Amino acid sequence: MSSKLNVINPGPTKAKDRFFDRKGEVPTEYFKDQLFDLEAKGEIIVHRIEEGNYVEVDTKYGRKKKIPIQNTWHHKSCGQCGHIPGYSTSIFWLHRQLGYNYYDPKDQTSCTAWNYYASSASNSAAQAAIAIRNFAQAYQDGYFPLIHCGTSYGHYKETRNEILHHQGLRDQVRRILDKLGKPLVFPEEIVHYSEWVHAMRDQIKARQKLDLSNVVVTVHPACHYHKLVVEDAIYDRDLYDGQRTATVSGIVKALGADLQDYSTWHDCCGFGFRHILVSRDFSRSFATLRKIERMKEEANPDVVITHDTGCVTTLDKSQFAAKAHNRNVGIPVLSDSQFAALAMGAHPYKVCQLHWHGVDNRPLMEKMGIDHEKAWAEFEEQVERIKSGEIEFLSWEDAE
Amino acid sequence: MGSIYADAKYQDVPVEEKERLFQEVKADMRWHTTLYGCYECGICVAACPSARFYDFSPRVFAQVMAREDVHTFYELLNDSMWDCSQCFSCTRCPRQNSPGGIITIMREVAVKNGMQSAKTALQAYSRIIYKVMSTGTQVAPDMLQPDFFPDWGPDVVKVSENLETWRRAIPPETLHTTELAWDVSEQTQLELYLIWKLSGNLDMIETLDEGIFMILTEVMEELLEEHGYDLDEVEVLV
Repeated sequence: MSSKLNVINPGPTKAKDRFFDRKGEVPTEYFKDQLFDLEAKGEIIVHRIEEGNYVEVDTKYGRKKKIPIQNTWHHKSCGQCGHIPGYSTSIFWLHRQLGYNYYDPKDQTSCTAWNYYASSASNSAAQAAIAIRNFAQAYQDGYFPLIHCGTSYGHYKETRNEILHHQGLRDQVRRILDKLGKPLVFPEEIVHYSEWVHAMRDQIKARQKLDLSNVVVTVHPACHYHKLVVEDAIYDRDLYDGQRTATVSGIVKALGADLQDYSTWHDCCGFGFRHILVSRDFSRSFATLRKIERMKEEANPDVVITHDTGCVTTLDKSQFAAKAHNRNVGIPVLSDSQFAALAMGAHPYKVCQLHWHGVDNRPLMEKMGIDHEKAWAEFEEQVERIKSGEIEFLSWEDAE
Repeated sequence: MGSIYADAKYQDVPVEEKERLFQEVKADMRWHTTLYGCYECGICVAACPSARFYDFSPRVFAQVMAREDVHTFYELLNDSMWDCSQCFSCTRCPRQNSPGGIITIMREVAVKNGMQSAKTALQAYSRIIYKVMSTGTQVAPDMLQPDFFPDWGPDVVKVSENLETWRRAIPPETLHTTELAWDVSEQTQLELYLIWKLSGNLDMIETLDEGIFMILTEVMEELLEEHGYDLDEVEVLV
């Protein structure tokens, strides 16, 4: 017998042992080089995150990104605040519970990018001026911007590229901002709130009150988070071998939930910007046939966790009509901030405001160990106090 | 160059007009980062949600623009362009094209030129344009009405019936609103109105929908006048 046959073939390495460390050049330019260059020329002010107030994370091509811990200016989302208010409330609640200072401004407009992607009834100068007006306001208020909406996050990164590369646009925007009495400011990082949740996941886990080990979760990564200007989304080689964004999946894993995969994870939710408001037959079909039903068949999750306004809305609200057609649907949809807050013991109605969601989330709460009947009675009690005039609003103290 | 389709629509539109609009798209500063050619691999189509439910293909946009086929370009500008979801899943392109980015520019050109396709596509949507431009927030709690979202189920009814009280039962004080997503300060709204005028955005709305333009300018004028501005006197800088 040939000695060759005695050699044991080690076979392919296991996935957990495979790492893809990038050795060569990063394929995209580094925006910070241009940002600081323009600052040195006196063209713009770069709003820096203060030393000692950030966590460093890895991004797609291995560059580091700073995630501010506190003193953040919360750039709210119109879809979250308007239609899913427990989404933003949970983000604030997490900050309060972890003891981190933040600012919830009234001097903020939306990015208006939902409208832009829906209609294009705007232009680059208006879009950049709106972005930089918000950034200048945050700078003047003394807080670093933390962006709640995935579309605002993606759109602001596109705006950053346009501002950095086009002198003509910078001149136009400067003339507009001069009229408003505002400086041309750009933050050194564009940071999405879900990146903050990701960076804080160990602290959130340390305060976890509910056991989530039997809760099956699927994750929908938001398109405008990881497909628009891809290079500064968070990737982590301990999650999906670094081949998919780690944001959202990171907090789900940290909380010990049963994270399951499904084949259409890269697909959009079907939001479509214009479609979700005036052509919902498309949004509904895509959300249920390509996302919810695939998840049901392949993972049968108790909940879908995602990190953008449009994704929560589309995946959640589309299920009612599909159910009427006896489709295989019926999965609650929450944001990562709501899921993390619930895990830390947040009130499901006073804080997470789950009564604004469409799909019945009571079976999920039962699995998480939450007494939803008691919680709803507590919420109703507060509503009665408001109705009777005993209190004008539900305060944080009432909710906490 | 002739159309790749022998039966291309809009044969009656002069080629010079099609060429003018095509050049307007190519003159956009973003054009040079949206198209580098096309391998015709179809990865963008596989990733595209709109391609699954409409007669729509991001690959056709890349190919037609790369071939400078102004006849088919004009057809896309009038028809399937508005089916795009703007999710940018097509940026999976191995040639680094962005068909979604091409469409953003094309849509902007259609709006600026007051094309009928834009007016038709945005007819039902224009009240949203009014909402975002007048308030600074795109959607608001009071839009959650059963007649607007009948397919979202009975929860919309519950929300609309309890709207006033439920909004006050949310802890952050900025969210105690019904007509806006959050409480936007008057000074901030004023600055937003100035941006719409200074950037030429308001002129685009006049071209797109005169009715919305008139209602919008009325609202804007009121606040601007309170702060000593005359809307007609505010110069367009772009």
